[in-house]
Amino acid sequence: MTETWIILGATSAMARAFARALADRGAGLVLAARDLDEAEQQARDLRLRGAGFARAVAFDARRPEGFAALFENLGEGPVNAAVFAGAMPDQSAIDADPALIAAVCETNFTGPARVLSLLAPRIEAQGTGVIVGVGSVAGDRGRLGNYVYGASKAAFATYLSGLRNRLARRGGHVMTVKPGFVDTAMTWGLGGMFLVASPEAVAAAILKGVEARRNVIYVPGFWRAIMAIIRAIPEPIFKKLKI
Amino acid sequence: MRWSEGEWHGWGRALRAHGRLARPEKRADLAAILHDMPCPAIGNARSYGDACLNGDGAAIRMTRLDRVSDFDPETGELTAEAGVTLGALLRLFAPRGWMPPVLPGTGAVTLGGAIANDVHGKNHHGAGSFGQHVTWLRLLGADGVAREVRPGSDLFRATVGGLGQTGVILDVGLRLAPCPGQAVQVRESRIAGLDTFLDRLGESRATYCVGWIDATARGAGLGRGILEEAEIAAGAPPPVSPRAPATVPFDAPGALLSAPVVRAFNAAYLSRVPADGRDRQRALPEFFFPLDRISAWNRLYGRRGFHQFQCVLPHGSDARLRELLEDVAASKLASPLAVLKRLGDGRAGDLSFPMAGWTLALDLRNRPEAAELIDRLEARVVASGGRVYLAKDALAAPERVARMYPALSQWADAVRQADPDGVFATDLVRRLRLREASE
Repeated sequence: MTETWIILGATSAMARAFARALADRGAGLVLAARDLDEAEQQARDLRLRGAGFARAVAFDARRPEGFAALFENLGEGPVNAAVFAGAMPDQSAIDADPALIAAVCETNFTGPARVLSLLAPRIEAQGTGVIVGVGSVAGDRGRLGNYVYGASKAAFATYLSGLRNRLARRGGHVMTVKPGFVDTAMTWGLGGMFLVASPEAVAAAILKGVEARRNVIYVPGFWRAIMAIIRAIPEPIFKKLKI
Repeated sequence: MRWSEGEWHGWGRALRAHGRLARPEKRADLAAILHDMPCPAIGNARSYGDACLNGDGAAIRMTRLDRVSDFDPETGELTAEAGVTLGALLRLFAPRGWMPPVLPGTGAVTLGGAIANDVHGKNHHGAGSFGQHVTWLRLLGADGVAREVRPGSDLFRATVGGLGQTGVILDVGLRLAPCPGQAVQVRESRIAGLDTFLDRLGESRATYCVGWIDATARGAGLGRGILEEAEIAAGAPPPVSPRAPATVPFDAPGALLSAPVVRAFNAAYLSRVPADGRDRQRALPEFFFPLDRISAWNRLYGRRGFHQFQCVLPHGSDARLRELLEDVAASKLASPLAVLKRLGDGRAGDLSFPMAGWTLALDLRNRPEAAELIDRLEARVVASGGRVYLAKDALAAPERVARMYPALSQWADAVRQADPDGVFATDLVRRLRLREASE
């Protein structure tokens, strides 16, 4: 009985690498994305790479009426989920149009959280199942350059922490992933990037973390140390820094 | 769609471009770029000179559009996006008994790049060039319209080997070849000199055949080297996987590839093979992609990079080939990488490189003496009716290239029709004035 994974934000580079790694081991895949044509192109790729099945489903984190469709025809095996959905508008765009704050929170936090809350009873009933939630190191501290994005990721991380607490009692597992800089469309062309990880390296780290039932992973791992330092800076000093 | 502004270069690193690069991850993003700001597409930038450069302009890196979308396990017919690498295709399909029919020396080449340069492999004398195995392709034109292009049309001949000038290759239909095993059985023979080498290359019946030459050797040893003849070992399991490739973490100092070092290295490399030869079984990627054994090896040539000179000389110009090698050996500029192969006459495009004869490839550290040497070598190539490989070229002059490629004007006509405004022009095309050619 093969595993099934629902992947939210399936067309992102990290999600793509993760889905390919799952297809390698024959998993069934539900690819949830806004761009349905793109998700279907990807589904064909994953089927040829060995996925038990691969299905594209239209998904917009800001349109909850479509969430139920994610749970149709999921196959026989245990259902798992991975959340890669995310949006990072420029902070300056948000400053100019504060209405974007709600959109960012819907995409990065409330939308995915609603889907996971719909899935949670099923995982409790299965008595097994994994949820991978991709947050960001940006959620560890509010910084000048992207604090609305960071706030939404922090909220999502807190939600995941609570969900972990809930599902752990019934055999489920929730892993929070905090990637640093990853070589994707989100970082392409941005200045100030360093030690950039490939999407494939992140995908491999996620699978390894799931295997070891880790609770929170930073990828690459050194970001844990970097963020520990950044979190330790006293607020009176931090507020004067531009990092 | 964000652009990345900065400097980029081909594999040789001697020529560089400053400009903007996009790297779409979705087909819709690519379509938007072509609509808003059409510019040439590049693959993994594994061509050596300026074929992949567009200085003070923009280019689209296709590497993230790399999905396979259809495969028929009965016939081996594959459909895939142009950004997938040939190494990835080999990895994916070899265990199922299929492989790309033509593989160049690195697996990092993309499908689109393999077509745009009509690449060849160690089996060219039998299998022909890459483009001969392409059954159709979908080309995004300068007008943003996607067209299916099939063999037999002028647009197909202008696109295969056409250096990206007719449009952006989006999807490709490719006929894979059967891959009967997961290992390659290689016979390595030591070859004493050029005459023997040409005899042995000419006589060989092996499917895969390639010669490594000690380009520092002179006199009686001129053209000595190692001949590799290989077949896929039917039914063989993959050999114990070789080590992960080593990498070159920084630009090496110039002295690393100085003449005495190269001479000593080559002598040692040659003597690894016993006088009566040896048989070895090697993993598929290890045999097909010798250039990938050390990643980022182009840094061995230092910050200023290197040139690869690759030419083909038609049969009957053996004496000319000898002169070429004598000039190289006397120059003391040779590096360990020097390859001699036999080519057949298979080619699929107007500007395809192959012709029946001998092809010689040499890496030369970028310095003024190397450019002078290459200039002399090119003159000999033109005189013999041969040509240089545009995927490697950084230095040739327009008049010479026009003489080397007799179908150039036909190609230029098709390109001007497909892209009248020249939005897909690259540094190489401008340098060699390829689009201006006419009868």
